[in-house]
Amino acid sequence: MSNTAGSDLLKTFKLKTKQQELLIRVSILCLVYILAFITRLFSVLRYESMIHEFDPYFNYRTTLYLTQNGFYDFWNWFDSESWYPLGRIIGGTLYPGLMVTAALIYRLLHFLRFAVHIREVCVLTAPFFASNTTLVAYFFGKEIWDSGAGLVAAILIAVCPGYISRSVAGSYDNEGVAIFALLFTFYLFVKAVNTGSLAWGLASAFGYFYMVSAWGGYVFIINLIPLYVLVLLITGRYSMRLYVAYNCMYVLGMLLAMQIRFVGFQHVQSGEHMAAMGVFFLMQVFYFLDWVKHMLSDTKLFQAFLRITVTCAVAVGGVALGVGTVSGYISPWTGRFYSLLDPTYAKDHIPIIASVSEHQPTAWSSFMFDFHILLFLFPAGVYFCFKRLSDATMFIVMYGLTSLYFAGVMVRLILVATPAVCLISAIAVSATVKNLTVLLRSKNKVVQTGSTKGTSSAKASSKASLDQSQPFQKNGAMALLFGAFYLLSKYATHCTWVTSEAYSSPSIVLAARGAHGNRVIFDDYREAYFWLRQNTPPDAKVMSWWDYGYQITAMGNRTVIVDNNTWNNTHIATVGRAMSSYEDEAYEIMRSLDVDYVLVVFGGVTGYSSDDINKFLWMVRIGGGVFPVIKEPDYLVNGEYRVDKGAAPKMLNCLMYKLCYYRFGELVTEYGKPPGYDRARGVEIGNKDIKLEHLEEAFTTSNWIVRIYKVKPPNNRW
Amino acid sequence: METPIRSRETLSLTLFSLLFFICKSSPLHHLLISNAERRIDLSSHIVKVYLTLKIENAGSTPASEVLLAFPPAQVDHLATVEALATKGKRKKTTLVHLEVKPTELPDAPNDAKYFTIYLASPLNSGESTTLEVLYMLTHSLEPFPAEIAQSESQLVFYRDNALILLPYHVRQQTTFIKTPSNKVESFTRVEPTNRAGTEIKYGPYEDRPPYSFSPILVHFENNSPFAVVEELVREVEISHWGNLQVTEQYTLVHAGARHKGVFSRVDYQSRPSLNGVSSFRYLLARLPPRVHSVYYRDEIGNISSSHLRTDSRKSELEIEPRYPLFGGWKATFVIGYGLPLQDFLFESSNDKRYLNFTFGCPLLETVVDKLTFKVVLPEGSKDPSAVVPFPVEQHLETKYSYLDVVGRTVVVLEKKNVVPVHNTHFQVYYTFKPIFMLAEPMMLASAFFLFFVACVAYLHIDLSIRK
Repeated sequence: MSNTAGSDLLKTFKLKTKQQELLIRVSILCLVYILAFITRLFSVLRYESMIHEFDPYFNYRTTLYLTQNGFYDFWNWFDSESWYPLGRIIGGTLYPGLMVTAALIYRLLHFLRFAVHIREVCVLTAPFFASNTTLVAYFFGKEIWDSGAGLVAAILIAVCPGYISRSVAGSYDNEGVAIFALLFTFYLFVKAVNTGSLAWGLASAFGYFYMVSAWGGYVFIINLIPLYVLVLLITGRYSMRLYVAYNCMYVLGMLLAMQIRFVGFQHVQSGEHMAAMGVFFLMQVFYFLDWVKHMLSDTKLFQAFLRITVTCAVAVGGVALGVGTVSGYISPWTGRFYSLLDPTYAKDHIPIIASVSEHQPTAWSSFMFDFHILLFLFPAGVYFCFKRLSDATMFIVMYGLTSLYFAGVMVRLILVATPAVCLISAIAVSATVKNLTVLLRSKNKVVQTGSTKGTSSAKASSKASLDQSQPFQKNGAMALLFGAFYLLSKYATHCTWVTSEAYSSPSIVLAARGAHGNRVIFDDYREAYFWLRQNTPPDAKVMSWWDYGYQITAMGNRTVIVDNNTWNNTHIATVGRAMSSYEDEAYEIMRSLDVDYVLVVFGGVTGYSSDDINKFLWMVRIGGGVFPVIKEPDYLVNGEYRVDKGAAPKMLNCLMYKLCYYRFGELVTEYGKPPGYDRARGVEIGNKDIKLEHLEEAFTTSNWIVRIYKVKPPNNRW
Repeated sequence: METPIRSRETLSLTLFSLLFFICKSSPLHHLLISNAERRIDLSSHIVKVYLTLKIENAGSTPASEVLLAFPPAQVDHLATVEALATKGKRKKTTLVHLEVKPTELPDAPNDAKYFTIYLASPLNSGESTTLEVLYMLTHSLEPFPAEIAQSESQLVFYRDNALILLPYHVRQQTTFIKTPSNKVESFTRVEPTNRAGTEIKYGPYEDRPPYSFSPILVHFENNSPFAVVEELVREVEISHWGNLQVTEQYTLVHAGARHKGVFSRVDYQSRPSLNGVSSFRYLLARLPPRVHSVYYRDEIGNISSSHLRTDSRKSELEIEPRYPLFGGWKATFVIGYGLPLQDFLFESSNDKRYLNFTFGCPLLETVVDKLTFKVVLPEGSKDPSAVVPFPVEQHLETKYSYLDVVGRTVVVLEKKNVVPVHNTHFQVYYTFKPIFMLAEPMMLASAFFLFFVACVAYLHIDLSIRK
């Protein structure tokens, strides 16, 4: 009774194939959406809902300001708490997209009466946008290949470590929303090129506007799209669709982008944006020539005309560029841009860029770490793209190849390459699996038809005779299919492992295993910042290396001399000089900068290796780059950097050494080792009798990771 | 230093005796104190004074009120005054709480402030009774020296009267002062005075007139944690789904001698007995039993150092601020926890519900300068009224929390100068219709329903277009 009722119910719910497919697709997308979100929550579960690392703290602080004081105050904010005594015009020197997005989400939630804290919104912004990116990847994949490839792309990008590294919960950084904006812009542009619709072109211009508001990486878009258009022109794929898409996107996108104060008139004035403008004019010339060709019936005449026009156009363009550059209207390329094109440029010329670990050239292992099987699937995908060449596949191939080059130049740009790699690999996976399943299915069909219908037609029998080799093919296809699933499941486990082990540490709170296997937490950073916040005068100025600037202002709420927005190299060099000078000289510098407290990070007790002593040579280099009194060889012994007895005398008596190791010589850090044994470097320190004259210890955290010194006022002269 | 004190002493003595002669005509004088004993406990930073008064009615009319007098400087620091009367014969004595109220008298000498104790039964002429009075003073120990280094211990001044300030004639009185340790730097002598161990005895003094005053100064070592919560906001949110969410925001400060100069971690770690003796690292909070989901954090995140011990009668939360607190150092933090509702919410006879919760601060031995207690009633509750056993300021607020439309009524109670004695129960009465409980689930359910309807509609429209 109930059985029949159940089957009736099933019958009424029986769906058509199309509906079934839709249902499966939607449910897969929903699951991927959720998966992309929850796989990024490891850090919240392991630690807590907190902002990670360095730059996110600045973003969090500005978002807080935005929600508390409103948009206009935020836009006009002059921050006197950083870059003392210069200050920083926040509204004009940041990409506001991230903060505005988070503030809007916050407002919306509060409008819907969800009383969440702004911190939770900030922490979860990156995972939320990662989820949205999977949807964009699906539609993009659908646009360039088919919906199967779109689904695979969504799944691949949902868990790809290259993207997760920048979008775990708490990693509240521009990249979190920028990758979504980047992929969305590209998708809309490709859609515009495919359809030739003005509406899609407009949408891509708005996507570009959002990208410009969110991240400096928009320069990649404004150079890649012209490059793509140029390639299409050269390969003879010029069409009206392309003309509409590019012109609409470029003109509107440029005008919109000028509304961002930090970008301003760069689209017409900076060398990095000139390629787009050149291609824009080239497009017009092309269109004009097309029109002339249409009007003129004489081929010879047209050839002559073409020659003259092209020469004139190139000459005018060249002269304009030359005049612009010489007159200074068009600014030359920036150092960062150069360092992308020439990986050795930063090392020789801009130590401040080279000193950041994420600006280093990428090692092969980190490619493997971040892409895993995608690294092998990528060439296969490129092959499939070339096999079915269209405007869209050409775009994705160009995006993939250029971004992969940039990923090789800088570690952090792996992030930009990730969507392209995922999409191209998805094409490979989807096309392969589709081919294999088609093979399996067709074989089955033949067998089925053969068995069910006793009398087979001549056509069928000939086909069967042709498919003599198909048992092998079938087995081979099965094996390949299983291989593919094995690889993909390996990919999934690898991604989960990497996310949980490598990319989910907030780096503010350090965790280690204790002697009994228990989890030991070093919360020293926050201990020190909170101490600063509560127990120093509100107008105290803190000098530290620039890495900790954002954290001190956000968590310690105190004024800093330099911070992670490294806009003034001289100021940073001054701090570097103070840290690498003798105490008396450093005292003069600190007095002139009005410094009240000096903060150093020291890992000698806990064995925490990314501390100031290990960063010290960069301080020397950056300081020496501006002040030639500081010479790197003074701190080295035979080209070797050491802190033990054999260290250079200048090293043993410079301010940084003194502040890090003050009274460290009295402490026994490890059983069986002499007092003053530095666990981060594994040596006994060379100068155990450190006397401070102008500074006094104000606070040291429980594991000695952060040490804060107070700068004494000058002695009375009588 | 000594001479001005002496001169001031004599001056005030004469002044008070003068005043006494002026006020002789007041209606108070028909009572007299036959024996008074005062014990002052200075072992923590909250000064506890136990006063035992044996009162005799020497007048002709029955008296039902007894006055206590305090110098104006002390009244500002007075956290609580309680009076108890012993009832019954020997061995079968019971203590009865008496009502105490601050009183203004028109011709108070030297701006002295009064508290009136209302006796349970009037004291007829010729009868006598014994009263026990307990009062507490906060912020009454003045650190001297005001700034100390890490290795020094904390010395404080305590100023009081060698005699008990009373508007009555006192036949015999004694005062005992208990210090936390043997280390007493100095104390004013008002003979007979002697000191034995941790106790200083003033008296006995015979036959002193009303308002007798003789200032004393005790300078002694006190290393107990001077934990003062400058501001505490406790918020209790009632959810009729069975949970009581408590959030407490603290601004804690070490109110002892200010820390001077360096803080050396190596000294603090290696010689804990000699270094930072006046500082404190831990605080103990006593929470109600069956507490769950406890958290302890501040503006910049979770503080990972706390321990919770629970048993059937109480829960103890040991909290450790991010850094040890030296004199003048501050720490702000938030403690939150959930409690089962049935332990605290009851129905009263007249169809009202009431919350029965403890006032005060859960931290042991702390002074709260300003306590704001917010009781967030569920949305839709009406007629809130609070019953608190001591005077507090009250007003109402509205708070919007998750999915609120009209907002929740918040009963706000404010009190200054709160000491652990105030950890007594108070009640907040309100009426609430259980149907309001369903409002939020219904809202959510309808929102989801509409969403799915929209999805279904969209899908069908979508398909019809493609056909």
